[in-house]
Amino acid sequence: MTVPAVVLFAVFHTFPALQGIFYSFTNWDGLSLTYDFVGLKNYYYLFRDENVWHSYLFTFQFAIVSTVLVNVLSLAIVIGLNEKIKFKNFFRAVYFLPNVLSVLIVGYIFNYLFANVLPLWGEKLGIEALSTNILGSEKWAWVGIVIVAVWQACALNTILYLAGLQTVPSELYEASSLDGASKWQNFRHITFPMIAPFFTINMVLAMKNFLMVFDQVVALTGGGPGRATESISLLIYNGGFQGGEFAYQSANSVIYFIVIMAVSILQIKFLQKREVDM
Amino acid sequence: MAKKTNWVATLLIAVGALFILFPLYMTVSIALKTPEELADSVLSLPVGLHVENFAKAIEATNFFQAFKNSAFITVTTVVLTIITNSMVAYAIARNMHRKFFRFLYYYFVSALFIPFPIIMLPIVKQTSAFGMNNPSGLVFLYVVYGIAFNIFIYVGYIRSIPKELEEAAIMDGCSTWGVFWRVVFPLMAPINATVAILTCLWAWNDFLLPLIVLSDQSDMTLPLVQYVFQSKFGTDYNLAFASYLMALSPMIIVYLFAQKWIIGGVTRGAIK
Repeated sequence: MTVPAVVLFAVFHTFPALQGIFYSFTNWDGLSLTYDFVGLKNYYYLFRDENVWHSYLFTFQFAIVSTVLVNVLSLAIVIGLNEKIKFKNFFRAVYFLPNVLSVLIVGYIFNYLFANVLPLWGEKLGIEALSTNILGSEKWAWVGIVIVAVWQACALNTILYLAGLQTVPSELYEASSLDGASKWQNFRHITFPMIAPFFTINMVLAMKNFLMVFDQVVALTGGGPGRATESISLLIYNGGFQGGEFAYQSANSVIYFIVIMAVSILQIKFLQKREVDM
Repeated sequence: MAKKTNWVATLLIAVGALFILFPLYMTVSIALKTPEELADSVLSLPVGLHVENFAKAIEATNFFQAFKNSAFITVTTVVLTIITNSMVAYAIARNMHRKFFRFLYYYFVSALFIPFPIIMLPIVKQTSAFGMNNPSGLVFLYVVYGIAFNIFIYVGYIRSIPKELEEAAIMDGCSTWGVFWRVVFPLMAPINATVAILTCLWAWNDFLLPLIVLSDQSDMTLPLVQYVFQSKFGTDYNLAFASYLMALSPMIIVYLFAQKWIIGGVTRGAIK
């Protein structure tokens, strides 16, 4: 059983990955029968390509803001859910619901909200900022994508943090309440350090997922207006399949792979060091 | 910890829950309204139940066909994943002291770090060359790609199962095959549930892989149908939302029934 699994995995995962790297050194458009080796030319042009730079800038801006927001919000939700509140199980179920929904469809629903509902309310209430569709604005469309991504991603992070809280022994809180610690002190000195490993997981997972953003962008803006919200994966998809840039975008995906790797490793190194220090 | 109900926290959590529920309320109510009602107000409850939106949406998106495709892909993927991935993981987990299997473990797990776009372009060429640009091909890819993550969580779990049970079974004359199916597999029920849930959510909701692999219109999955639909009937919102609701509801229904299980499964799956 193991041998066929390895063979299949090698054929359908490792081999295409290597092929991708191989094509990145050619000038294949994905359709022609022949192609030539061009060495590092694709990589050289990538660095001079404004669209590529722009997609990396957008993706990182989006990913960093979303990662921070998701973690702050999930921590807040978790602390709330862990208090003695009414209908605890109901709320827990509600907060996790977005995780089972299709990202694409959620994107379409919010698309309507941004395009039709919010501007209407903005006009009625006389709020200038709301009265136009933010997805149509080159400057603000990315905020719309952040909102949808965060709305959905909080679910998973909340659940993970909840699981983390179960690992904190309640004696610690009893001891601190004897010492008269405030809620904030409890959080700062007990809860947060104790769930540090979960913080690491959540930060790395969220960042990695957001760097690969695709479905949300397709559903909300399609990369527009102009190319304002074209994420890296969307650029690779568009250029590779429709733009005849098969080899060129292969080079882009190799860079993308290295970037994601580097970011994840740096994050893990940095955050784990913090875990020990606490 | 406080013994009294914390009303401030309850209130804040309730307000937060409204943010989650509002888009869903909007989806249901728009799906049930007529265009005139929608023009009057987005928030109001629908007056009558305009189920004709659903009838029209079913026709426009060829809903049953897409539903059948999604269901076929999801169910077969889950079943095959559980059967095959658990066996591979068992073999690896019980042979970790051997170099070859340890290498395999790291080989599979390291694939977790490879972003999909790097294999996306070549895999399309490959699947169409092999005639795999159909639902069965997609199932095959899901089962193979799932290995990376599933091995990771299965192996951790299997190593916590005491070996003595298996040894006892072997003493009683059980073959390796028998040991796996009669002793180990039943013990793996909780982790199998976790893998099943995560695989199910992935296969049902995935958009990018079906988008690039499937070539025939009649093979399309539910998310894919929404994508095509969006460009064709962009402005008939009642129709669109009826169609979204139908695509979302199977997973919502599953979630309502298996909620505790799903939350537990996701927690277990993601932490290991």
